Amino acid sequence: MTLISNLINGISLGSVYAIIALGYTMVYGIAKMLNFAHGDVIMVGAYISYLSTTALNVPPLLSVLIAMVVCTVLGVVIEGLAYRPLRKASSLAVLITAIGVSYFLQNAALLIWGSAPKSFSSIVPFDSISLFGGDLIITSEAIVTVITCIVIMILLNLFTKKGKMGKAMRAVSEDKDAAQLMGINTNFTISMTFAIGSALAAVAGVLLCSAYPTLTPTTGSMPGIKAFTAAVFGGIGSIPGAMLGGILLGVIEIFATSYISSQLSDAILFAILIIVLLVKPTGLLGKAVKEKV
Amino acid sequence: MKKFRDLSKYARTNLKTYGLVIIAFAILFPLQSAGMLSNSLNGQLIPICVYIVLAISLNLTVGISGELSLGHAGFMSVGAFSGVIAAASLQDSVGSEPLRLVFVIIIGGIFAGIAGLLIGIPVLRLRGDYLAIVTLAFGEIIKNIINCLYVGIDGSGLHFSVTDTASLGMSGGRIILNGPQGAVGITKIASFTAGFVLILFTLFVVINLIYSRSGRAITAIRDNRIAAESVGISITKYKLTAFITSAALAGMAGALYAMNFSTIAAKKFDFNTSILILVFVVLGGMGNIMGSIIATTVLYILPEMLREIGDYRMLIYAIVLILVMLLTNSSRAKQMAVSLETKIKNIFRKLKNILRKNKNGSGEVTDNG
Repeated sequence: MTLISNLINGISLGSVYAIIALGYTMVYGIAKMLNFAHGDVIMVGAYISYLSTTALNVPPLLSVLIAMVVCTVLGVVIEGLAYRPLRKASSLAVLITAIGVSYFLQNAALLIWGSAPKSFSSIVPFDSISLFGGDLIITSEAIVTVITCIVIMILLNLFTKKGKMGKAMRAVSEDKDAAQLMGINTNFTISMTFAIGSALAAVAGVLLCSAYPTLTPTTGSMPGIKAFTAAVFGGIGSIPGAMLGGILLGVIEIFATSYISSQLSDAILFAILIIVLLVKPTGLLGKAVKEKV
Repeated sequence: MKKFRDLSKYARTNLKTYGLVIIAFAILFPLQSAGMLSNSLNGQLIPICVYIVLAISLNLTVGISGELSLGHAGFMSVGAFSGVIAAASLQDSVGSEPLRLVFVIIIGGIFAGIAGLLIGIPVLRLRGDYLAIVTLAFGEIIKNIINCLYVGIDGSGLHFSVTDTASLGMSGGRIILNGPQGAVGITKIASFTAGFVLILFTLFVVINLIYSRSGRAITAIRDNRIAAESVGISITKYKLTAFITSAALAGMAGALYAMNFSTIAAKKFDFNTSILILVFVVLGGMGNIMGSIIATTVLYILPEMLREIGDYRMLIYAIVLILVMLLTNSSRAKQMAVSLETKIKNIFRKLKNILRKNKNGSGEVTDNG
């Protein structure tokens, strides 16, 4: 029974990673940049949801929507102010700017909301399910997280495959200049990608804090890094890859914690990542790009 | 003796870099000995030296070799903790503190170099962002492993354990590494002079490597891997050379850093530290050694200078970082800079013309007189 419950916990944590990783992978696919501030957008989303439920007494579901709206605006503003002027700059310059934005968000959160951890109350309204006479308890958060993740995955896949905007996104990620020649507004498309990624980050933030209810200005950074490795693990730029990578990472993390050592779980996680990348350098579902001479 | 102007452009830049470091030391050392430096600056001298060495060594990987590494603090950590263990083992046999420090730094460098070799061989097959993520992962792994490492020393030698201090099986002796607490009871033997010497050593190694045959091969690989390969340059060999040199220097800096504190924990050497060093390198200019030195010094002191504005200082730091990146890299800012430059030049030209006219005018007057 512990095996099954660990598996469920792993999939649930992995689903959160997957939702965050989707934001990383979409932005990477389209703008070819590692958006290190993504983890901090998660934190902002969680804070907004927390504040709107505690201070404004908004119902939980509405608080998620508010968080999504705020994060979307935040994502678009960050992109417009900090990343857009650097479209033609070297990728390292953009990376450092993203780190600057990450510092900025963390310290702004520290000033606004203080360093004392807030205890986040779960947004899930119903109770945990107990099976086999209490041997196996599935938390309601786990169920909601996994379902949300699946729904997001299906919607996002439909959006990128069928929708006009989604097609534009794929075109821009394939060849930005050619897409522009075909009349696609690349700047708008990139902004939209940031908007979607940030809205997903808000959802992930709320789900993450429902399961692990301590909220501080640095809450987002470690899940951010892990989700980023999940995106690389699955093949960065690929949406199903981010999903697979995220869930695998969550399962590995929970298994390593409960069966080997809780202190070494991160080391094991990253060691597996290194091994996978050495065997398959473009990630699990990544496409190998042929080199032209 | 050749005149300074007759030297090649590279030699001049390198001499300037050495000169900058030596002059800075020549000014700061007497001030420090006389106790004229403020307490905060005094405490920062050795960390600044350490970070300068780290920035120069990372510049070798990122700027010269063109590989984005996000795990430089991992090598620093390896060097720091092997240095701590070495210092404890040598405490009785090597009495002289400076000599012991030299041994500690060398051992830190060797172990970090070995770590660099072990990581480098598989990792350098990867490219770009994948290499970045693996170095990041390596840094986290090192941090995690050292976090659960227990090391003690007694009459019969060193004892290692990964569970707790009780399982070390020690008879007397003392604990060197205590798991998540990190290294405890370090005898502080680091000195500003040692930091200065380490910077000079790093400069010597890195500059000589860059302007050697190997260095040219490394930059050739960075600029065009396929072209370099096709003229017979061994990619793995030269990339490894740069990577291991960089790792070993980072380990030496780490060992010196650890010797500056009485306790030090593995979590000090995390992702944020790696990023901090990377920021120094990028702001100083990729591949520009003197830039790394200046950027490190300024950016390391900046948060201290901003201490007066209290809580806002890290916010200001973040804003400064973003603005500097935007101003130095965006195409619009570059255009603005160019037009501003021409405007200023025009003003100067006009001023010069006016001055010249005046001079000519006055000359005429004297001629007439």
